[in-house]
Amino acid sequence: MRVLVIEDDTEVASYIVKALDEAGHNATPANTGKQGLFLATTEDFDVLVVDRMLPAPDGLTIIRTLRASDNLTPALVLSALGEVDDRVKGLKAGGDDYLTKPFAASELIARLEALTRRSAGTNQETDTRLALGNLEVDLLARSVRRDGKEIDLQPREFRLLEYLMRNSGNVVTRTMLLEHVWDYHFDPQTNVIDVHISRLRQKIDKKFDTPLIHTVRGAGYTLRTSPP
Amino acid sequence: MNFPPLLRSASFRLTVIYIFLFGGSAAVLLGFLYWAIAGTLSDQVDAAIDADIKGLAEQYKLHGAPGIAAIIAKRVQNDPGERTVYLLTDALRRPVVGNLSKWPTVDPDTRGWIEFELHDRSSSDGEVYLARARSFVLQGGLNLLVGREVRVLVRTRDLVINAVIWGIAITGALALAGGVAMSRSTTRRIEAINQTSREISEGALDRRIPTRGTDDEFDQLALQLNEMLDRNQSLMEGLRHVSDNIAHDLRTPLTRLRQTLEEMEESCLSDTEQEHAVDRAILEADGLLSIFNALLRISQIEAGGRRENFGKVDLTALLTDVAELYEPVAEEKFLKLAVYCDTTTEIDGDRDLLFQAIANLVDNAIKYSPPDGTVTLHSVDRTVSVSDTGPGIPNEEREDVFRRFHRLEVARSTPGSGLGLSLVEAVAHLHDGCVRLEDNHPGLKATIDLRQ
Repeated sequence: MRVLVIEDDTEVASYIVKALDEAGHNATPANTGKQGLFLATTEDFDVLVVDRMLPAPDGLTIIRTLRASDNLTPALVLSALGEVDDRVKGLKAGGDDYLTKPFAASELIARLEALTRRSAGTNQETDTRLALGNLEVDLLARSVRRDGKEIDLQPREFRLLEYLMRNSGNVVTRTMLLEHVWDYHFDPQTNVIDVHISRLRQKIDKKFDTPLIHTVRGAGYTLRTSPP
Repeated sequence: MNFPPLLRSASFRLTVIYIFLFGGSAAVLLGFLYWAIAGTLSDQVDAAIDADIKGLAEQYKLHGAPGIAAIIAKRVQNDPGERTVYLLTDALRRPVVGNLSKWPTVDPDTRGWIEFELHDRSSSDGEVYLARARSFVLQGGLNLLVGREVRVLVRTRDLVINAVIWGIAITGALALAGGVAMSRSTTRRIEAINQTSREISEGALDRRIPTRGTDDEFDQLALQLNEMLDRNQSLMEGLRHVSDNIAHDLRTPLTRLRQTLEEMEESCLSDTEQEHAVDRAILEADGLLSIFNALLRISQIEAGGRRENFGKVDLTALLTDVAELYEPVAEEKFLKLAVYCDTTTEIDGDRDLLFQAIANLVDNAIKYSPPDGTVTLHSVDRTVSVSDTGPGIPNEEREDVFRRFHRLEVARSTPGSGLGLSLVEAVAHLHDGCVRLEDNHPGLKATIDLRQ
């Protein structure tokens, strides 16, 4: 994917660009808000990474300006450590996701991939049926089948699987799961998510030869037919 | 100008002003007294002399010069103390009869009054008295002088003058002494405050301003200042406690991080070992970052800057969600997680923060409960409580656990930053509520009370 990174801190910018390049993406850095806004309006990108604190115009102004001119390229807002209340401001301004510095490159890439996937129209909310390998999820009937066998899931387990299915092939982090499956933005002190995943694994993978849920070391989880 | 401290003091300056004010008043008062007393006395003398003259004038009219001479002679004879002064002279002022040897040399004023010195004729030491007399000329050229010796008047006058001078002097002296004493006591009490302030500035933070127990304005000032100092000290100690703990709590993970990095520098590591070392280093760094994040988060919440995310929050739904999230973790530890919600309670609050606060309490409850225990979540009337069947917290430590980085001795071995309850309290305060810790017999019952 083509990513525009609008970040005035050159060290952070080069860290992001390097990580994206290594992951096989095409990243373009912009060191000022002005340059970033110019590039975002003149060139075509799949997703934007916008630092919240930029010398004028700041990150939120850039996003607002783009949205006002009907540019709907998904944007992820970056903010400094501890500025918790900026999240809502960032999302209200038209940002699609939010990440606090310092962050792991894996978290950023996972979120960017989820954003581009969402906007690319694959696995849209209107889909009623999701499938991966021999795993099928019927969103209307709320039923799950693997290899034709019905699997009984709790409502939350179903939502967890649904989110993993929608992002199949991509890495989803624990915070992404908390935000999208539980709809809470908070910092769990213990590995609550891991326990939920291991429960889901029990039901989805245990009795089958090929596991679908894989743990990605240092990042999160991914749902795919072959190991990452 | 460099006066001694006493003279520089504001209260001493005030005293000096009062000295002049009171001294002046005393002088005016005593002056009036003198004027009244002296005036009355001399009026009495003048009246007596005038009456005498009137009598003599009548005698002269009746009996002529010889008659008046006889009366004067008789009066002089009857007055051996010589309180009265009479002198009848011829036209050339040669004495005819009377107790004065010669006509006084002083000129009379317009009304004929003269004051002159009189030498004591009865005593030999030649004491000088003052006499007051009136002279006039009789028909036939005779001169008559009638007067009174005014020793008493002069003495009284002197007495009053003395009294006035002494009065003013004593008033001044007393005011000065009182003023000095008063300024000294004021200066001393202010000096006590200064002294204490100096000692505190120099680092003795536990010093307090002494009070006298009189509850006067100085005591009240001292009590007020002491209260402020107490508050400052406790804040500073809290701050020091936090920074000490940051230093202490971060030293261990930082040391581990350093060791891991050192290990990685050695080239003899295999690829898997290298990978594990990197993982460990990242894990340590993440742990450190999450501590900083939690600290910043708490101080941000405490600063009250997060109210903009407030909205309608259903406490019951929130509680159910927390329970649902933690249920598998509880089950792994063979704990029962029970939820009791009386009614749907909607409050105005920050959904994410309230979730975080309740999650922290549940996290603690699960962490410290022994297997086969029960963690109970209960919401009723804008309060949320989380009870466990763990070891609980001793009564005397219940205040301390809200302090940042505070960890109970028994909890040292379990993972945790000691920031969980600090955050719960900060969130409760942000919602104008409070956190209570009670005994659950056995275990701990933590309640977030948002009834306000």
